Amino acid sequence: MKIFNMKLFAGASLLSAALLSGCDIPPQETVQRGYRGTGMEAVYSPEVLQELVAANQVPAAIPAVSSEGPKAGDVYQNVQALGHLSVGEFTRLMAAITEWVSPEQGCNYCHVAGEGFEKDTLYTKKVSRVMILMTQNANENWGAHVGGAGVTCYTCHRGNNVPEYVWNIGVPPRHASGMVHQMQNVAHQESNAYASLPFDPFTHYLLEDNAARVAGDTALPTGHESSIESTEYVYSLMMHYSDALGVNCTHCHNSRAFAAWDQSNSERVKAWHGQQMVKEMNNEYINPTNQWLPAYRQGALGDAQKVNCATCHQGAYQPLLGANMLADYPNLSRLAPPAAAPAPADEAPAEDMEMESASLDQGASSGEAH
Amino acid sequence: MREYQNIFTQVQVSAPDYPGVPIGDAERNRTKGIVHNHLLGKLGDAQLGPIYLGTLGVFSLITGLLAFLIIGMNMLASVNWDPVQFVRQLFWLSLDPPGPEYGLSIPPLNDGGWWLIVGALLTTSIMLWWARTFQISRNLGMSNYLAWAFGAAISLYLVLGFIRPILMGSWNEAVPFGIFPHLDWTAAFSLRYGNLFYNPFHMLSIAFLYGSAVLFAMHGATILATSRYGADREIDQITDRGTAAERGALFWRWCMGFNASMESIHRWAWWFAVLTVLTGAIGILLTGTVVENWYLWGMKHGIVPPYPPLEATPVLDPMMEGSQ
Repeated sequence: MKIFNMKLFAGASLLSAALLSGCDIPPQETVQRGYRGTGMEAVYSPEVLQELVAANQVPAAIPAVSSEGPKAGDVYQNVQALGHLSVGEFTRLMAAITEWVSPEQGCNYCHVAGEGFEKDTLYTKKVSRVMILMTQNANENWGAHVGGAGVTCYTCHRGNNVPEYVWNIGVPPRHASGMVHQMQNVAHQESNAYASLPFDPFTHYLLEDNAARVAGDTALPTGHESSIESTEYVYSLMMHYSDALGVNCTHCHNSRAFAAWDQSNSERVKAWHGQQMVKEMNNEYINPTNQWLPAYRQGALGDAQKVNCATCHQGAYQPLLGANMLADYPNLSRLAPPAAAPAPADEAPAEDMEMESASLDQGASSGEAH
Repeated sequence: MREYQNIFTQVQVSAPDYPGVPIGDAERNRTKGIVHNHLLGKLGDAQLGPIYLGTLGVFSLITGLLAFLIIGMNMLASVNWDPVQFVRQLFWLSLDPPGPEYGLSIPPLNDGGWWLIVGALLTTSIMLWWARTFQISRNLGMSNYLAWAFGAAISLYLVLGFIRPILMGSWNEAVPFGIFPHLDWTAAFSLRYGNLFYNPFHMLSIAFLYGSAVLFAMHGATILATSRYGADREIDQITDRGTAAERGALFWRWCMGFNASMESIHRWAWWFAVLTVLTGAIGILLTGTVVENWYLWGMKHGIVPPYPPLEATPVLDPMMEGSQ
């Protein structure tokens, strides 16, 4: 009898150990982020936080150089995106990009050895030009999302030719299509953190122009129609947000009213601008590069690998935990001034552009908005 | 009678086969086989069978099994007939209702058609089983408390999968078949309609559900604690109160000043159970049909406490005019 109890005890201990092994070791630290009692708090496990900090270290910046002197566009040929930089700045940025994106292949990842640097022989060079424009555009026109810290090539690339987290238009996993049509609930998909939800929220909300809004904004029905299916799509997208940022729902929302903006904090507004920004990146920058891409850089449907939240965030609520790399590489903070116009260096035109893009977004998505 | 003082069943009566009371012609609906099993006796009666199936029971089982099979085959098809993946992903797999684009029309089989068929089969099965509870009650000369309680549960099932989707004009509003999918549906449903917790009927349903659990524990404990004085004859003691009933009553009266009677406790339990699902059904029925957003509805009617703004600058909908 005693032996039996010992076995039972050992079994129970093993079982509980196995069940608990999925949990973070306490104590966790919580930071209140909303009104008391609403559960709006960030929960940090010191252990996990340590790993996160280790994974988000910024490489040492290359010593700054003077912006004075001859311009790269005048000295070199075919410098389209960075011609306004001084030769020193231009060379420094090229060195940094090599370190960030192709530390192994070096310059030859984009330039063919022995050929002139100005040649656009390789697809990688053409794509990187567009990516530089995309980065500058994000920093100049999407301050509402990227804030002061901005983004650099390193934010996404982290030493990889292609950022670790990218996505393609989803193809349902193999299934007998005559029997079932798989969309609403699909098992084991990384895209929505393994929830049983629609498996490709990205095409819907980060490529096509749909507002991720489903809850009615009136107490009583007023003809607002959003299906349960579209709700599950938004839910799926939100699982991605949460997973990509390493935060829970209450990072932005008061869970008593997920849809209510006056119950949310300003992080949610940032996330909304992020969705608009990513949509623009995918449509205006990434997709046009698809014509140059080799098949191995494309998805199953032949589309380019696109951006979502994880591309930059990589599990951190702010990419690189908010490190301001842009301060070291100010050349990436804005697009080249228009060549013809007498380069206005003040803020006014940038703001104009931002407002214009914001109103464009509004106009484009008002069809979905209720 | 010390045996009653254990938290597990200690008494197991060994008895000869008992086929049940004679019920005349309907007797042919009863199976013949009887098995006695000691382990079963730990949970309930050690005798297994006979079961009274009847036409209703047989067709209920057939339609129910068909529904179960079609759900399983759909799930198997969704992993390309791979049995390993079927087991591995079982909790995630799903048979979904038709997409919103179909409304209430009949969709193709592979796009929700199977879901409709399964719904029809399962509903038939449940309704036949329900009729069977009336039939067996009648055969045994019982009144219909059980059947009506089951009917209450069926009302919630029908509202969820049939009545409300029809009122909303879309099968997509209904619940998918699947373990995690139906839970995700619950979450999505609440998100879509502005938080079900602010639905007063949902509140009632939860109160009755938790209340049922408390009542069940209170009653079970009281009867076990007084069974050595004859509380096992609890229905007798409704009118002929013995020392068991008196002691149980005194316990609760001394504890909280008021006590249920041997009769009323069973009515409490029955009504709590029935009202759990009936109020739940009303709550679901009102959602989307007459109330769009329960949170806003609750705000309007003073149910929801307003909180002070979170930040110095109020957070506004970025799609709203004038916000930024």
